[in-house]
Amino acid sequence: MEEINALFHGFAVALTLQNVMYMFLGTILGVLIGVLPGLGGANGVAILLPLTFSMNPVSAIIMLSCIYWGALFGGAITSILFNIPGEPWSVATTFDGFPMAQKGQPGEALTAAFTSSFVGAFIAVLMITFLAPMVAKFALQFGPAEFFAVQLLTFCSFVGMSKEPPFKTIASMMIGFALASVGMDSITGQLRLTFGSEELMRGFDFLIAVIGLFGLGEILLTMEEGLAFKGTEAKINAKVVLQTWAKLPAYWATYIRGALIGCWMGVTPGGATPASFMSYGIAKKFAKNPAGFGKGELEGVVAPETAAHAAGTSALLPMLTLGIPGSPTAAVLLGGLLIWGLQPGPLLFVEKADFVWGLIASMYLGNIAGLIVVLTTVPYFAAILKIPFSIIAPVILVICAIGAYTVNNAQFDVYLMIVFGVLGYVFKKLSYPLAPMVLALVLGKMAEGSFRQALLTSQGDVSVFWENGLCGSITALAIILLISPLLGKVWGMIKGNKAAA
Amino acid sequence: MAISMKSAFGKALVGVMGAGLIASVSTSALAAWEPDKQVEFVVPAGTGGGADQMARLMQGIIVKHNLMKQPLVVVNKSGGAGAEGFLSVKNSKGDPYKIIITLSNLFTTPLATGVPFNWKDMTPVAMLALDQFILWTNTEKGYKSAKDYIDAAKAAGPGKFKMGGTGSKQEDQIITVGLEKATGAKFSYIPYKGGGEVAVQLVGNHIDSTVNNPAEAVAQWRAGSLTAQCVFDDVRLPYKAKVTSTQSWNDIPTCKEAGIPTDYQMLRGIFMAPGVTPDQVAYFNEVFKKMMNTPEWKDYMEKGAFSQTHLTGKEFTDWLTKAEATHKQLMQEAGFLAK
Repeated sequence: MEEINALFHGFAVALTLQNVMYMFLGTILGVLIGVLPGLGGANGVAILLPLTFSMNPVSAIIMLSCIYWGALFGGAITSILFNIPGEPWSVATTFDGFPMAQKGQPGEALTAAFTSSFVGAFIAVLMITFLAPMVAKFALQFGPAEFFAVQLLTFCSFVGMSKEPPFKTIASMMIGFALASVGMDSITGQLRLTFGSEELMRGFDFLIAVIGLFGLGEILLTMEEGLAFKGTEAKINAKVVLQTWAKLPAYWATYIRGALIGCWMGVTPGGATPASFMSYGIAKKFAKNPAGFGKGELEGVVAPETAAHAAGTSALLPMLTLGIPGSPTAAVLLGGLLIWGLQPGPLLFVEKADFVWGLIASMYLGNIAGLIVVLTTVPYFAAILKIPFSIIAPVILVICAIGAYTVNNAQFDVYLMIVFGVLGYVFKKLSYPLAPMVLALVLGKMAEGSFRQALLTSQGDVSVFWENGLCGSITALAIILLISPLLGKVWGMIKGNKAAA
Repeated sequence: MAISMKSAFGKALVGVMGAGLIASVSTSALAAWEPDKQVEFVVPAGTGGGADQMARLMQGIIVKHNLMKQPLVVVNKSGGAGAEGFLSVKNSKGDPYKIIITLSNLFTTPLATGVPFNWKDMTPVAMLALDQFILWTNTEKGYKSAKDYIDAAKAAGPGKFKMGGTGSKQEDQIITVGLEKATGAKFSYIPYKGGGEVAVQLVGNHIDSTVNNPAEAVAQWRAGSLTAQCVFDDVRLPYKAKVTSTQSWNDIPTCKEAGIPTDYQMLRGIFMAPGVTPDQVAYFNEVFKKMMNTPEWKDYMEKGAFSQTHLTGKEFTDWLTKAEATHKQLMQEAGFLAK
């Protein structure tokens, strides 16, 4: 058990008074960054990175990674309270978190989200501690074809989950794909569908679309329905944390599935956003009460949050062992490592054991610090819903606008957000689902890139998608998930016929 | 005697006056212009890449050594393969509060996409360094030399060997085309998003070779997974300290030595908006000169095996003119020019 020894050595490195202070400071900054939509963990870390050059590398990475944990925690807050995802991986949290807040259970939703984040991260850190070398090898198996198979799996686990008619779902998804194709075509290096506009060269950023579609769209709907939040009758009491905790163990299977999906997507590196969607979709498929999903089911908060945080945490593993970042924030941290003179890669664990184990120990401690910080704030955040709509709505609008501006520092994006807001309102009125569009927007570009890369490597031969066991089995799993509702129906008909006969 | 005394005195006087004059000129040059509000440092690429890392390192060094009184704020404008960043500088005529770091997309993006900008639309400040490129293969495959690898690629037939690289119609693909021209081998070029990803794809044997920058592949080189075949430069890298257990950067042969004569370096330079005054350019040149003398910068140069070429003024514009012509020719031959 040399890992245990190394880990305790790491705790000794991380547990100085100074480092613990950096830990709490980082977490609090991170929560704030997570709450402000658009600022995001990657931007937050990038802005603060140069300030840490005069610190020693262990303290610096502890603080920066705590900002990262904080942002992961914080992203859930606005998703649940206002239907505005602070971070892309919080979109799936809005599906059930916001309805819960509307039903007067914001405290429960927040507690469940934070606790699930913590559990996901904890499982991921355990994996990093004990399985790092093995997991790093697994990540090497992933080429373009395997990545496409994973993205296909995400889509398939999501299809059939909306209550709306299938054609509306498909229409919404296709609009998402169309929007995703605007901007730079990464395979040919050509501009697509920009019509000569400089502003469109950036393409449609997922975050701007989401802030508009969800946040602004919701405010427009609320205005129509009488200028009041439905969550105002929420009873806030300090015991809500304990009461929610009593309910959570029942979802142990969801936790394990979520953590597994998250670890897998973080390591390969698929990212926290697809992980949260996939976990939500799969939780719904296995749930006892799938009809309750989307209407404020506690499990619908647990599943995406567990996966998102597990993915966010395990994304640091390929960064440390292979030098490839599993997420945009990890990419910025990677730059930091290089600047501090640390060379991420297979030798880092050998050459800079102090640093690596100090960082891993800080992942345990930082997450505990994060959980304490966010759980103590639950009643306060939940109480925000008690503020009259006419006061809070303008504040939210301003935050949305700042968020949209921050993503690319562009005024145009603020207008774009307003357009998306109107689109979100129209979609809701015509009861088109928004989730498939968002999913297509975030994964469309990635899936297209992997698909075309894979075909380039095989010189156009489609069999590349099932030529090896790994790729073939993921693709098969995806197809099974896709047709499972159909199979269920057929099975039901056969049974029904037998019963009739 | 008296005469010589007088002339010596005279010389000294002239010398003192001269020194005083120079001193007053240089202080007045410094006093002439200095930013009185924060300066935006545009990176025409996403966070985490080579240009972004360098910009953020520069920002860190400038803060640490207190080289600027006003803050320098890094802003990523990566849209349209960096066109967004370059256009924002081009359209800020006379604005001295904006500087931009370049990568090869300074030349390749306008040529490949037809987006209207050119380095001549901006004010060149300085070349900070040149980034090198190395031909890497997977060690498991056992290619003994670059020639050995190219022969294998030729024997397998056109398009059978896969070259991975960052981006499309940018530096990595241009080098690949140059390599094909020099050797007659034909590769399937697979574009990826980032250099680190490319290196790992090579370790996982999903591609056959890469032309990664030294910094992008050094971790896997040191771990023994990748072999450095040759460097795309006329001379070997100057760094003689051992990086792997047996090799230093200097031990890697040039591609010319290896019998596949191809060379390419990527500009890491700084530009300002068009129409800024010489005083303003001089201010930033002074800041960068001081920055390049810090131990942190020198350490970064060696770790990333950069070519430390510092050019300003006419030498820099001459270099740019030549580099633009080279890019145009290579991209024209490869059929990469926007129609």
